[in-house]
Amino acid sequence: MEGRPQKHLALILARELASQLATATFIADATGGLVFFNEPAEEILGRTFAEAGPMPAEGWASQFKLEDLDGSPLPRERMPAAVALMEQRPAHGQLWMTGLDGQRRLVSITAAPLFSSPTEFVGMIALFWQEPTSGDG
Amino acid sequence: MRYGGNTPCVEIRTDQGELLILDAGTGIKRLGADLEPDGPIHILLTHLHLDHVEGLRFFAPLWRPGAELHIWGPPSPLHTLEERIARAFSPPLFPLELADTAASVTFHDVPHETWEIGGVRIDAHSVSHPGPTLGYRLSANGSSFAYIPDHEPVLGVEMADLELEWISGHGLAAHADVLFHDCQFNEAEYSSRVGWGHSSVAHAVEFAQRSEVGRLVLFHHDPDRSDDGVDGLVERAQELWDGASAEPPIAACEGMTLDLA
Repeated sequence: MEGRPQKHLALILARELASQLATATFIADATGGLVFFNEPAEEILGRTFAEAGPMPAEGWASQFKLEDLDGSPLPRERMPAAVALMEQRPAHGQLWMTGLDGQRRLVSITAAPLFSSPTEFVGMIALFWQEPTSGDG
Repeated sequence: MRYGGNTPCVEIRTDQGELLILDAGTGIKRLGADLEPDGPIHILLTHLHLDHVEGLRFFAPLWRPGAELHIWGPPSPLHTLEERIARAFSPPLFPLELADTAASVTFHDVPHETWEIGGVRIDAHSVSHPGPTLGYRLSANGSSFAYIPDHEPVLGVEMADLELEWISGHGLAAHADVLFHDCQFNEAEYSSRVGWGHSSVAHAVEFAQRSEVGRLVLFHHDPDRSDDGVDGLVERAQELWDGASAEPPIAACEGMTLDLA
């Protein structure tokens, strides 16, 4: 390629979609690196994307403390985003998440692998919904 | 008409005489009538919207015994390129079938990697436009030509806010000597046509400038645009253009020849 490397179009369009959503959305590339998260996700993560920038695969999951519903640490292989990335299949789960702002939230996560063709895996998109808890209004 | 009325078709001739054709809009009919090929003809399709393939059925070499055609286009997960093009060669759209053509025709999904035809290195990337759509970059002898005729480089976000690697098509256009780029709309028209897959003149200029191309050629004129209307888009593009080191934008017109040597 004599031009310049660039993100896959599927990731570009996913980012443009995420930019228009009120749902927290995280996008990773095929290597598992976090390449974008939108403004609602900034609230969960406690940092803006402009501050945090892209993060390598091994870095971004450790930004959160993730716990099962019973409060036990959630193993990586059960994290929906990790399932979508490593097993390349959709996954959904509910868990406790503590972001960089220190707040513990109950969230539902739906993660889906992104394929641009049946054989070309280009990344993952994960949507996070904060769930009401008994302490909420 | 000063700018012409055919749909997209661009003839590329290499120093070695190799013929490549970008898109098979209605312009390819006139090209085919004058053509006496002595080697294979390669047609690179950006996508299969009718304005980019409707001339193919009337391309004389397709009906000429002994002619060798290679048709390249975007892959699709469901149907082969041949199956998709065959729809345009079947009743009731057309009286003849693709199998009736006299030429030897081979269909190719474009590869992910750079490939070469007759000394021209070719890159094809998916670009933002409804349906599987490609842009091309052709490089030879130190010159490069980028062709992105149907393209909406950003959707709902500001191009200025994006890093270059996040702008659709940038990888193809970066530092190209010449860029043929979609300029279907003026800025006012675009505001009510977001998501249609085409660019405003402001998009075309900003995309070209961020890609640092040598010359922007406005392409894919709206069929309802008059010659004076295209002149107006060129004036607007030149007004927006602030590249001292590059040539000011011009509009593509029928029969235009550019030398990339």
